[in-house]
Amino acid sequence: MGRVVAAMSGGVDSSVAAALLAQAAGQTGDEVIGVWMRLHPDTGEGYEQRRSCCTPDAHDDARRVAQLLDIPFFALNLERAFEQRVIDAFADGYLAGATPNPCQACNQYIKFDELLRRGLAAYGADAVATGHYARVEHRDGRHRLMRAADADKDQTYFLWVLDQEQLAHTRFPLGALTKPQVRRIATDLGLPTADKPESQEICFVPAGDYRELLAERRGYTGDPGPIVDRDGTQLGTHTGYAHYTVGQRHGLGLALGEPVFVREVRPGTNTVVIGRRDEIAARRFSVDGRRFVAGAPPAERFSASVRIRHRGIDIPCEVTLVGDERFQVETAEPVWAPAPGQAAVLYDGEECLGGGRIAGAA
Amino acid sequence: MIYLDHAATTPIDPEVLEAMLPFLTEHYGNPSSLHASGRRARQGLDEARETVARILGAKPREIVFTGGGSESDNLAIKGAAWAASARGRHIITSAVEHKAVLNSCAILERSGFEVSYLPVDRYGRVDPADLAAAISERTTLVSIMYANNEVGTIQPIADIGAICRERGVLFHTDAVQAGGFLPLDVDALSVDLLSLGAHKLYGPKGVGALFVRQGTALLPQMQGGSHERQRRAGTENVAGIVGFARALELAQADAAARDAENARLAALRDRLLAGCAGIAGVVTTGHPVERLPNSASLLIDGVEGGDLVAALDLDGIAASTGSACTSGATDPSHVLLAMGFDPQRAHGSLRLTAGRSTTEAEVDRAIEVIGAVVGRMRDAGVPRDAVASI
Repeated sequence: MGRVVAAMSGGVDSSVAAALLAQAAGQTGDEVIGVWMRLHPDTGEGYEQRRSCCTPDAHDDARRVAQLLDIPFFALNLERAFEQRVIDAFADGYLAGATPNPCQACNQYIKFDELLRRGLAAYGADAVATGHYARVEHRDGRHRLMRAADADKDQTYFLWVLDQEQLAHTRFPLGALTKPQVRRIATDLGLPTADKPESQEICFVPAGDYRELLAERRGYTGDPGPIVDRDGTQLGTHTGYAHYTVGQRHGLGLALGEPVFVREVRPGTNTVVIGRRDEIAARRFSVDGRRFVAGAPPAERFSASVRIRHRGIDIPCEVTLVGDERFQVETAEPVWAPAPGQAAVLYDGEECLGGGRIAGAA
Repeated sequence: MIYLDHAATTPIDPEVLEAMLPFLTEHYGNPSSLHASGRRARQGLDEARETVARILGAKPREIVFTGGGSESDNLAIKGAAWAASARGRHIITSAVEHKAVLNSCAILERSGFEVSYLPVDRYGRVDPADLAAAISERTTLVSIMYANNEVGTIQPIADIGAICRERGVLFHTDAVQAGGFLPLDVDALSVDLLSLGAHKLYGPKGVGALFVRQGTALLPQMQGGSHERQRRAGTENVAGIVGFARALELAQADAAARDAENARLAALRDRLLAGCAGIAGVVTTGHPVERLPNSASLLIDGVEGGDLVAALDLDGIAASTGSACTSGATDPSHVLLAMGFDPQRAHGSLRLTAGRSTTEAEVDRAIEVIGAVVGRMRDAGVPRDAVASI
C-alpha cells in the first residue's frame, strides 16, 4: 500500500497503464496520482497537427482520462530539463557527427531521473509507473529488466539505462500485454484515448526535418563540403556534414549506378564518406558510456545478443570490456550501419543487460 | 480539505445562492422583454445595480455588469484608451498588474499605443512620485491595481487617484482582489474606472462589474444590442448579477462587520506567517503592513512552488504558487521579478489565502504539513528546474 505516480502522456498506452493501476488500487490500497509532463512549448505553429505528447490536446486527453479514473492529476513542467537534456543534446549530437537518440535521452533523463526523483520527493510516492512495454522481474536478489510480452512493441531498447535503484521504484503495467489488448482495454473502459494513433516522429521536430532546428538552436546552416568514397575520391558535394547520418541513402544527390550510403560523417573536415551496401556493414564496433542494469557487467568477456536500433534485429555477439567505460562488440554476421551516437543494447535472451552508445567501427 | 486558496476563488455564500435561485427557476425572463416575466428579471437587475452603486458611492447608471474581472479590465483599458485616442496614445500601468491588465495594454501597444510600466519597490508598491513623473501631455489613462493578487500588497490608490485627477488623466483600478476587503468608495479613491469580480467575494464565477464614472467615454468591446447603455452587449446574466450584488452587500454593506472579519483574517494570516517563518529558509513577500488581511505569500528556499502545491494537495491542503491564472507557466512570477527577486528564488513561491471558513486549527495543521513536506522535498534534493501546475 502506497502512492504510485502514473506518468500520463495523453496516449493510449499510458492511459491504460494508469487505468490498470487505478483498478488494482481497490485491492492493493495504492493511491494512484496521474502526472502529465509538459516538455516543450505547445504554442508553435502547427502544433495542433502534431502527434506529440506535449500539445494542449494531449494535456486535455490525459486530464480527461485521470478524471474518468477518479485520480488526482497534475501537470509537471519539465521544459527546461527537456531543452537541455534532449533538444540541445540532439543538436549537439548532429554537430559532433553522430546520430542522436532523443527518445532514449527523454526516457533516461526526463521520465526516469526527473520524474522518479520528483515523484518520490514531491508527491511522497513509492513508485513511478509508465506505459512502456517492458517488464521488471525480481529474481535472485536482483531487479531484472525484461523484454515485453509483445515483442513487436518491446521498448527495452530505450530503457537499458535504468539502474537497480530506479527499477526498484518502477512499474510497467503493460509489460504482459499486447498492443491490441491494450486498445481493447481502453475501448472497454471508454477511455477517450482508445483510438489515438501512435506517435511516430520526434516530438520536437514536427516535419521530421531537423536542419531548421540546428540553424535555430546552434546557428548551424551548413557549409558545402566534399562527399568522398573510402579512398578519398570526391564524388559530389554535400550541404553541410551535420545534415547527414550514417546509413542514409537519400538526399546525397549522387547517381553512381548502384546504391550508396553514408558510411561516416567527419565534422573536423566537413566531409561525408559514402560506401556501397557491403561497406556500410561492420562486424566489430566499439561502444562508449557503458551501463549495466545489474550495476556490474556479467564478465570481462561474454556472449550476448546486441540490438542497435529500436525494433531492430537481435544479433548474436561477443562482448569484451575495454577500460572502465567501453566495450567492444564482435558479431558473427555483419551488422548494418552501426551509427555513432545510437545505443547498442545487450540482451541475454529476454533479459536486457545494459548497453552503451556506439562510438564507431573498431 | 483545508482550503487556503481564497485569492483564487471562494465558495458561493448560501445567502448568495438563495438570492440567485429564483432567477434561475421562476424569473427566467429576459430583462429586455416587455412581459411580466421579463419585467421581474429587469427588477432583479435594477435592484442589483442599485446595490452595487450604493456600496461604491456611485450612481446606478455608472455600473456596467460584465462577465467578470478580466472582462472589466479589458473594457476599462481598451475601451477608455481607444475612446481617448484622438487626444493621446500613452497609458501608464505598473509592472505587477494582473495579466488581464498587462495583456490589454500589450495589445494596445501593437496598435501603436505607448505604455509605461511603473516599477515597484521590494514590497510591490508603486511610488506615486514615479507616476507623477511619467504622466505626459499624451497620457490619457492610468491603470494601477488596488491590491495585488499574488502578494497581497495594497497600492496607495487614493494618492494615485489624486495625482490623476490633478493632471486630468483617467484612472482605472483593478479592485478584483481587494473587493471583498477594502473600502470601495469611488470618490474617496478618485477613480474613474474600477473593476470587480464576483467569485473573489463569495459570489458566482462569470460575473463582475465595471464602474464607469459619468462622462467617461468608453468604446465598447462587445458589439450587439443596447444592453448596459451600449457599453456591453449581450443578454444580462441576471442570476449571476443578482448573486454578485448580494455577495458584495454581504462583504461590504456593514463596514464595522467587514473590519471585524478583516481583523480576524489578519490574525490568522499572521499566525500562518509566523508559523511558516519557523521553517528554515522561508521569507515573506509583499508589504509587511499594507497587505490584504487574508493573504500570506512566501518564498521557500530549495523547493519548487508547483511541486509543493501538488504535495500539499495530496496531504489535504489547497494552496497556490501565486496566481491561479498563470500556474503552468515556466516563467517565474512577473510580480516577484518586478519586486527584485531573482528568477531561481522566485520559483519557490507559495500563496496561502484565508477565508470566512478558515480556523486557527486549520492554520496550525497547514503549518505542520508545510514543514513536513518542505523537509521531505529538501531531503530528496528536488532540483529547481521545473514548475508543476494543476
